[in-house]
Amino acid sequence: MSDKHSPKHSSSGPAGTSRQASSAEEQTAAVVSVDTAGGAMEPSAVPATAQSGQLPGGPDTLLRKIFTGSGMVSVLAVLLALIIGGLLIASTDKQVATTSTYLFARPTDFLAAVWNAATRSYIALFQGSVFNPRGNGIASQFAPFMETLTIATPLITAGLGVALAFRAGLFNIGAQGQIIVAGILAAWVGFALELPMGLHLLLVLVAGIIGGAFWGGLVGLLKARTGAHEVILTIMFNYIALYFLRYLLNTPAFQRPGESNPISPILDPTAVYPQILGSQYRLHLGFLLAIAATVLVWWLLNRSTVGFEFRAVGANPKAAQTAGINVSRSTILVMAIAGGLAGMSGVAQVAGTEKVLTDGVAATYGFDAITVALLGRSTPWGTFAAGLLFGAFRAGAVQMQIQTGTPIDIVLVVQSLIVLFIAAPPLVRAIFGLNPRRRKPARPATSREAATTGGAA
Amino acid sequence: MSTTVSSSRSGNPQPESAGKDASAATVSAKPVSWKTPVLLTAFGLIALVFFGLLAPSQTASFGISTGSDFFQLPALEVNAFAGGLVLSILMLGLAAYAVYLKTRDKAAPGWLTVAFIVLFVAAFLIWVVGGARTPSISLAGLIAGSVTLAVPLVFGSLSGVLCERVGVVNIAIEGQLLGGAFTAAIVASITQNPFIGLLAAAVAGAAVSMVLALFSIKYLVNQIIVGVVLNVLVSGVTGFLFSTVMQANKAQFNSPPGLDIIEIPVLSGIPVIGPILFRQSLVGYLMYIAVLVVWVGLFKTRWGLRVRAVGEHPQAADTLGINVNATRFWNVTLGGAVAGIGGSFFTLVAIDSFTKEISGGRGFIALAALIFGRWNPIGAFFAALLFGFADNLQSIVTIIGTPVPSQFMAMLPYLVTVLAVAGLVGKSRGPAASGIPYVKG
Repeated sequence: MSDKHSPKHSSSGPAGTSRQASSAEEQTAAVVSVDTAGGAMEPSAVPATAQSGQLPGGPDTLLRKIFTGSGMVSVLAVLLALIIGGLLIASTDKQVATTSTYLFARPTDFLAAVWNAATRSYIALFQGSVFNPRGNGIASQFAPFMETLTIATPLITAGLGVALAFRAGLFNIGAQGQIIVAGILAAWVGFALELPMGLHLLLVLVAGIIGGAFWGGLVGLLKARTGAHEVILTIMFNYIALYFLRYLLNTPAFQRPGESNPISPILDPTAVYPQILGSQYRLHLGFLLAIAATVLVWWLLNRSTVGFEFRAVGANPKAAQTAGINVSRSTILVMAIAGGLAGMSGVAQVAGTEKVLTDGVAATYGFDAITVALLGRSTPWGTFAAGLLFGAFRAGAVQMQIQTGTPIDIVLVVQSLIVLFIAAPPLVRAIFGLNPRRRKPARPATSREAATTGGAA
Repeated sequence: MSTTVSSSRSGNPQPESAGKDASAATVSAKPVSWKTPVLLTAFGLIALVFFGLLAPSQTASFGISTGSDFFQLPALEVNAFAGGLVLSILMLGLAAYAVYLKTRDKAAPGWLTVAFIVLFVAAFLIWVVGGARTPSISLAGLIAGSVTLAVPLVFGSLSGVLCERVGVVNIAIEGQLLGGAFTAAIVASITQNPFIGLLAAAVAGAAVSMVLALFSIKYLVNQIIVGVVLNVLVSGVTGFLFSTVMQANKAQFNSPPGLDIIEIPVLSGIPVIGPILFRQSLVGYLMYIAVLVVWVGLFKTRWGLRVRAVGEHPQAADTLGINVNATRFWNVTLGGAVAGIGGSFFTLVAIDSFTKEISGGRGFIALAALIFGRWNPIGAFFAALLFGFADNLQSIVTIIGTPVPSQFMAMLPYLVTVLAVAGLVGKSRGPAASGIPYVKG
């Protein structure tokens, strides 16, 4: 635990002292932002003291503190993203277009139409993701929520993989490819081998994790050995995995007999995750494993030596090297573990939700995982929560499209806006007029404050 | 970076050894690595076995002239076995020369790698065509098609050059291409004027870039994060508007008039070169101009010197009175405009309407071309051509029916990029300050 406080020792000035009073959560956020800063920039570029989310200019009123804290910024960022998304929905709404023709005669009509268009979509989104009041009985009313958990499962595990790599200062854009390779291996074990109940599923899971770990570890190896940038490597590996999958699905070993489409046989019943809440929901064992993975990553990062090394490398690779940490080994290991976590998503897809292997096995989970990890600020439980939120968006968007005709793509817009705004707290505060009053204009306040977002994702 | 790698490879990361390594690296200026000779030999042997010894004995025929040329050349006929053998022996000769240079402690010159790649591609081509059901392709068509497919890649990688040279990593090329394609389609449809569409595409690309610049320069958000997120954002916005606006009224919003192919009289009749250089759309001609302008601008003008200074050492540039962040902002914006023009190629030249995700990951290939071309406009241009070539070859070999699965052909650009960044073509090193925000003071 002591390492968490290490960035604080170097802090100075009023910001450092007033931070003592701030909540433990904020400290965690600060550490996260310090850790992710190691990614692409020199750690020295952003002073650790400047990353706390603490504002310069001395103590403010309590109310102002609440509103400018990092938790509030997250909430406001989500709100802002939803508002912009709502405006986008409204801008293409027919009723809004009609009322805008007599905007100046009756502006209330126009505003009501805008409000209606946006809220109708968001209500449908909510009903499709959490609670549907028109359902038949309580089981059916909560069916959307179960769907949310199902979709959140691969998002959480892949998100954990991305988050773990972030903490070690690596940008793992390759969850997509890791999911695919894991899916290939897991699916093959699932439909080609015949094994008893239990053992078969275990083997499927292990094969998937090994597949993902191999694909991720390969990137780590190349980076450690040649210094190639992991962003480029992972992007390229995503495509290589995808085309390899497409090739395999056209070979006799993988293609379903008598099928001309590129689709694999259905996995054996012994190889799929059991449905944990009965057969009326798609929710499967993978969700419980995702919770276990979250606990595991939390333990790894905060309680284990290896995790400490990861964070040390992420905060400052040169300092870590000097302190006797094997940076190459950490790089390879963290990418392998990240790949293994993404591999769990691949298993959740082929053994849980889909039960077959197609070239859409990874859907966009690998890319969504990046936004999930960023929104979760690279903490295990933050990633878990972000995975649930984005899972809800995904699940609800389907219902929203059916009910209101609003395209699913709006979810991408809202998702990306949330991450953008969360990454730039000063912008959010400026939009809501919450920027602190500057007492001493002589201080380089702007640059200092801007630095609060440094590497913070 | 090299010191980190070398010392960690030795496996005892003690402070003393790290320091020793660092000093050793500075004393012996540049130890010649075995990597290039070894890789060249390995690829030469692969070529000898697969393209030479195991080659089919069919004769591969390459058509050089097209019907519209003003004089006709006979088709090039090569026996696949003999051709593969000769070319692979030439490759091994080059590899041997690289080994010889290494024993004399000299690095292999750049032309050697380039010549090796050219020979390898030629041998591969002969092997692929020679093993096909109909062993005959039009070389002129293959090359012309490659250039066409490379157009958006070239614009995308130029955008990357402009951004990275000034110290901002541009992962958002994909988003800029997509934004340009969408805006070109919708504006050209409404105005019924492709030139206004082209202009609008540049503006849209610049707008995407401005968001990148704003967040990464003013708010110091990590540039890779902003880039990744911007791709998602543009994909979402264009997808949303496509579903709601364009599909509802295709005639009004998604039927842009195309940019015609402009043929330069006489010159366009020259075999092979004519179709490439003198039978292009406006966007195609702009591509050649843009490559030259960016190259001259970056390496021959005062502006370029300033740009590169900001990208390599912003503190020094600042000391000399260059406004680092302003330079970065406007360069990134310019890069976005260039990529936007590239995006308009999809909807104004290649296809006559916009569809979701029309850029199909080409922004990432452009990124690869940028690295493969070592952050140089000319290099990026040829790398993009190579990727366009692989793309075109993939569709051609599916038609003529070869033993190589088309998926592996599609995989090639990415494999080549991995090899490139892992050090096949020397150390690819980007501008020193790329990705690092500049905070004054």
